[in-house]
Amino acid sequence: MKTIIFRTASDYLLPLLLLFSVFILLRGHYLPGGGFVGGLIASIAFVIHSFANGLEKTRNIIKFHPGFLMPIGLVFAIGAGAAPWIVGQPFMSGLWFDDPFPVIGMVGSALFFDTGVYLVVIGVSLTIIFTISETL
Amino acid sequence: MSNPYIVLPIIFQLFLAIVLMFCWTQKNLQKLVSTVGSLIAVIIAVIMFVEVWEVGPMVTQAGNWEAPYGITFVADTFSVLMVLLTTLSGLGVSVFSVGAVRNARVKFGYFPILHFLIMGLCGAFLAGDIFNLYVWFEIIIISSFVLITIGGEKAQLEGSIKYVTMNLLASVVFLTAIAVLYGLTGSLNMADLSNKVAEIENRGLVNLTAILFLVGFGIKSAVFPLYFWLPASYHTPPPAISAIFGGLLTKVGVYALLRVFTLIFIPDAFLITLISIMAALTIFSGAIGALIQNNIRKIFSYLIICHIGFMLAGLGMYTEIAILGAVFYLTHDIIVKTNLFMVSGLMFKIKGTYSLRLLGGFYKDYPKLSLLMAIPLFSLVGIPPLSGFWAKFYLIQGGLEVNNLVLVGFIILGSFLTLFIIARLWSEAFWKTGELVPKKLKVKYFHELKPLKRTAIVASILFLALISLGIGLGAEYVIQVAERVASELMDPQAYKEAVLGKL
Repeated sequence: MKTIIFRTASDYLLPLLLLFSVFILLRGHYLPGGGFVGGLIASIAFVIHSFANGLEKTRNIIKFHPGFLMPIGLVFAIGAGAAPWIVGQPFMSGLWFDDPFPVIGMVGSALFFDTGVYLVVIGVSLTIIFTISETL
Repeated sequence: MSNPYIVLPIIFQLFLAIVLMFCWTQKNLQKLVSTVGSLIAVIIAVIMFVEVWEVGPMVTQAGNWEAPYGITFVADTFSVLMVLLTTLSGLGVSVFSVGAVRNARVKFGYFPILHFLIMGLCGAFLAGDIFNLYVWFEIIIISSFVLITIGGEKAQLEGSIKYVTMNLLASVVFLTAIAVLYGLTGSLNMADLSNKVAEIENRGLVNLTAILFLVGFGIKSAVFPLYFWLPASYHTPPPAISAIFGGLLTKVGVYALLRVFTLIFIPDAFLITLISIMAALTIFSGAIGALIQNNIRKIFSYLIICHIGFMLAGLGMYTEIAILGAVFYLTHDIIVKTNLFMVSGLMFKIKGTYSLRLLGGFYKDYPKLSLLMAIPLFSLVGIPPLSGFWAKFYLIQGGLEVNNLVLVGFIILGSFLTLFIIARLWSEAFWKTGELVPKKLKVKYFHELKPLKRTAIVASILFLALISLGIGLGAEYVIQVAERVASELMDPQAYKEAVLGKL
């Protein structure tokens, strides 16, 4: 699929889809969205880019092996889960900042957990897709 | 009593797995982290055990949602005992893996997955919510799928297909049972279910649900008509993986059976008869299966089935003494079965074959190692004062108490057949002059390994053998623990009060 239209579009789609995925990630918790869907959208962004420009170019954008995102995401998730222990509450209790942050809104430990899921999903799906397309 | 830190054994294993994923490419660092981490996990489990022993059942509500609605974790004596045994055999397998697992498998994430598996096991033992128990079962089987296929040898893939199919089927049955139970009571919390199921008037429906649970857990713990997947798959992966599978995976099913059938469903006469028949046939078919096998790992696989029957028999007798025997047997069996599969791995490393006909001459060539290997082998038979003896003593006493002489007969028959099988294994593999097996190119033999790896293999077997000896010689203390577990299981009032608060 090396048509010029697709290739040009993919250059614009990559940042747009990444922005959209972050929006979906932040929108989660009370509204439809969240880390899992956001992560899938972000990985689709990279997949479209790799279809249009070839795997090597996408690799150059990401710079490191996407599998490395898995443990980083898990660290976010486990950190968000274990944070309530510091204040003597049970594992996974929701902790919230008192005041809303500008643009983002209310921030709690759930957001960090979702961010972890987001990173793990990107890591897993990109690792799978890159490995498969390498062997094609 | 509420204690937010009782999920620590689970979280610590997750933490270890994450650290191991960060050092994906450094094989030696992974081995170090896994060993040291497993040691710390044992220390955590011991501290928790002591705490629960002194204070009684401890509870935490994940996410701080109150009991019947949130996800509860409960650490009573039974749970912490199982967590302790899991971490002990986890440490044994972790050290054994340092010596026996090939670098190719380490490269594909053997160690992180091993710790994910142990995390799932700890989670299943601490779960106080029946759906959460299902989730931990899923984590266990997903990790075990990876472990059983990692390396991708032809035999491994063949075994794993059987393993995957049967375990997924068991999960479906288990999930259906949970759905029916939720439809009946509207609750998933095990302590809450215990109260609500007792109040249901339609006992037929309750029994039906109980049977669904029995089938689901029965497939997982490999009891009589549902065990066929086990001997077809357990001998295929490398010995380190077989060890953790043989030692722990079927025992989670037994744990779940003991928990569900003492807390939620109090078995009536029909269920008791059914469980007794299943137990007797499990003992018999496992022992008969082991008699005719030639591959030592297949012999051990069938012996797993045979001895699951002993624990099920304890449940089938349903008295405090019998449950005590079952819990003691569980304690002894986890350590011994893990060790036996590691022993089979060592025998393979030395001789390059699992075939009983070709093996031989161990006693002459390696007298000290043979004596070491004799400890788990004869603990399994239950020659006094080794660990299996005491458990069977209590099981038989429990059987006599309820006058279930048929089941007692089967337990004695099973013990004799086990004795015969192990005696034959001993005389064939250790005393007979072995045949000269042609050297295999793909196998890395014991004497070719680096000294550190050799030490790791022998040290892990020695470690678990010493625990077996400890269970046998210090039986007095283990009986105290098992007695407390049995009394807590038969009278779950303290458990329910810990979860739901005083009523």
